[in-house]
Amino acid sequence: MVHVFGLWGRLLDIDLSSGKVAEMRINPMTYRMFIGGRGLAAYILWRELGRKWRDVDPLGPENILTVLTGPLTGYYPGIKISVSGKSPQSGGVVGSTVSSHIAYAIKACGYDGLVIRGASRDPVYIYVKDGDVEVRDASKLWGLGGMDLIKALRSELGKDTPSLYIGPAGENLVRTAAVMARWFHAAGYGGYGAVMGSKKLKAIVVDGSGPLPPVASMDEFTKLRCSVIDNVVGRATFRKWGTTSAIWGVGHDTSSEPIRNWQEEWHNREEFNHVLIEWRYWVKNPWADWGCPLACMKVSKVRIGGVTYLSDGPDYEMGAYLGSNLGVFEVDKMIALSAMADDLGLCGIQTGNVMGFAVELYERGVLTREDVGYELRWGDFEGLKRLMEDITYRRGIGRVLAEGTYRAAVAIARMKGVDPSEVLKYAVQVKGIGIGAHGIRSRKDYPQPIAYAASVQGGDHTSVAGLPANSEESESWSAFLDSAVVCSFTSVDEDTMIKYVNAVTGWTLTKEELYSVVGPRILTLQRVMLLLGGPDVRWDPRLHDENPPRFYEPLPSGPYTGGFVPREEVRKNLEEYYKQLGWDEYGIPTEETVRKLGLYDLADVVKDIRKELGVS
Amino acid sequence: MATSQGQIWILVDYSLCSGCRLCEIACSLKHEGLIWPAASRITVHEDYPGCPVPQYCVQCHDYPCVSACPTKALKVDQNTGAVLVDPSLCTLCLSCVQACPGKIPKVVKGKQYVLICDLCSGDPACVKECARAGYNALRVVRKPRGTSIKHYARPPEMVVREVCGRVLGD
Repeated sequence: MVHVFGLWGRLLDIDLSSGKVAEMRINPMTYRMFIGGRGLAAYILWRELGRKWRDVDPLGPENILTVLTGPLTGYYPGIKISVSGKSPQSGGVVGSTVSSHIAYAIKACGYDGLVIRGASRDPVYIYVKDGDVEVRDASKLWGLGGMDLIKALRSELGKDTPSLYIGPAGENLVRTAAVMARWFHAAGYGGYGAVMGSKKLKAIVVDGSGPLPPVASMDEFTKLRCSVIDNVVGRATFRKWGTTSAIWGVGHDTSSEPIRNWQEEWHNREEFNHVLIEWRYWVKNPWADWGCPLACMKVSKVRIGGVTYLSDGPDYEMGAYLGSNLGVFEVDKMIALSAMADDLGLCGIQTGNVMGFAVELYERGVLTREDVGYELRWGDFEGLKRLMEDITYRRGIGRVLAEGTYRAAVAIARMKGVDPSEVLKYAVQVKGIGIGAHGIRSRKDYPQPIAYAASVQGGDHTSVAGLPANSEESESWSAFLDSAVVCSFTSVDEDTMIKYVNAVTGWTLTKEELYSVVGPRILTLQRVMLLLGGPDVRWDPRLHDENPPRFYEPLPSGPYTGGFVPREEVRKNLEEYYKQLGWDEYGIPTEETVRKLGLYDLADVVKDIRKELGVS
Repeated sequence: MATSQGQIWILVDYSLCSGCRLCEIACSLKHEGLIWPAASRITVHEDYPGCPVPQYCVQCHDYPCVSACPTKALKVDQNTGAVLVDPSLCTLCLSCVQACPGKIPKVVKGKQYVLICDLCSGDPACVKECARAGYNALRVVRKPRGTSIKHYARPPEMVVREVCGRVLGD
């Protein structure tokens, strides 16, 4: 029987410690309250782990990995899957999304997602075929990079089958490891590659042969689907160049691109340009994900020193973080570093962030040749390659950097016997999560001054906070897209998106309800879990709802030289944003708010948090 | 067998195919009223990045599937040239799959007969969707004469290998 239209109302609940597989029912009310994907992940994690959240080691068997679809998965052009759990980066919940055929395949098996708990002793992969689940031996697959893994799975299964997987980085519990898909796709934010690694789970492979569940209104759905496709097809330059074009535009025009660990945000390097990449290196364009008319993906191929590297565009974030942020302005070398990160299973953003941080520390003499074993220099391809591999395999200084920028900063300060703030001032991160490649100092890019400081997902550029809280500027909008589970590149205006969800599910969601109840509910739950944190991180909103120190340094170059964000403005906007979400002046949700949002069991928790911080 | 004038054919350009599978979605919506990629009469294979290969019935000049069918469940639509399946006669014996050079007819859990592209009576939904999405990797043309079209009915992994070499090199 159909539960909610567009969804099956059941998840596969797989315990890797015992090998047991069960069915977890999700009732229609829960979907209505948390939508799916990111919201449902927070709900499940809280329900299953709530009381002991702080003691849960994200890399221990007690953590739960969720792989969830949402009501728009498979129905809306541009597919995503939401990967979540307790984040080894922030200690909170990050709804990390990635494009993957596995999203529709899960629904085609008759399920809305997977909940994976426990940990296997030996390497395994999960194979789901329609209703059957097998936990299979992966000892021969352990150690493989993405390219070889997909080949090996292809020959083992006899056909190309949608998968999520980790590379060596995830296996080695690198906190900047991503959950990968389709060679070049990554659920990077959150560090869930390391969570898969800690469960000895190399891959999840799903072969679904059934239909997607029926929608509530076929006529309305068909009409909306056609209108969205037409809208997306109209974005001609986006279709042509994908986000790769931003490696020039965000650097040169809006001056908000990370350059040498954010020491600058502007460049005038004509050679760092998507058009040259298109001419020289793209062997395939268009390249699209499942059901997507946008095709922001491309396939690029370069040869350096007899080695062939394959990557996507690369997309802007990879281009910025493994290019300009490392002082690499030669596009072929940037593509090669991007290809390496994909194959090793690293998040390009978090890894490029910690690598840039390390090179700056070396430049400033905080890290020395004795610490690293070789020289670290901006734009030095061979050295950077070595550094990326050392992080992946936790060798030498890589052991420290594999912990991600925040933890590495604290560890290096301890190593050097200096106050943590002396090293953290070069760490461009918020609450353990390196900031996406969109700066706030020039004020010409989309993130507001509190975009990262107030986000429940730290530096995540795909989930930024902003005023007013009842608009697309607020994090409620990202929470909605990540819970309906849809790509933000193919999303359209709010009214159409809400109509679309209603046409699929049969709900009567309104914009007002989205911004006053549903969005704030998801954010409030995520916020409380983030403030609980643990076991090794504890965030104090008075200290950590804050931009990285670098963002208060004036921009040193470009058309917006001197640009920075005044601290008073950040404080003022934070307080206003908290107020609009029903949180107190410290950003702690009030008891009244959690009750109003139906999060009744959080009332005692927020009281305790206030007491602990001495602000009750 | 029929090769009459009005018959159509779906021409594919692998280099324009984005691998998006909108064709599969459109096909299953048209034939099944559901998004059901496994039941789509067109299937996109992609074993290597950037080398998607859509496969579907190419209406071979000699229709080996039709001659192989022991229950006469398959016949050629004289207007379009498509192979039509009679659900009431098909026993899922797989003779047509074995006879097909590309093993293209599909057997899917939940369907009691084999699935073969019927060219949507002359107006294929996959082609329309591919055009709507701006890719134009699929186009309707008049059915080419001769035996060459049969090459497109090779096993997908073979076609993928051929195409992949040109896109990715080694």
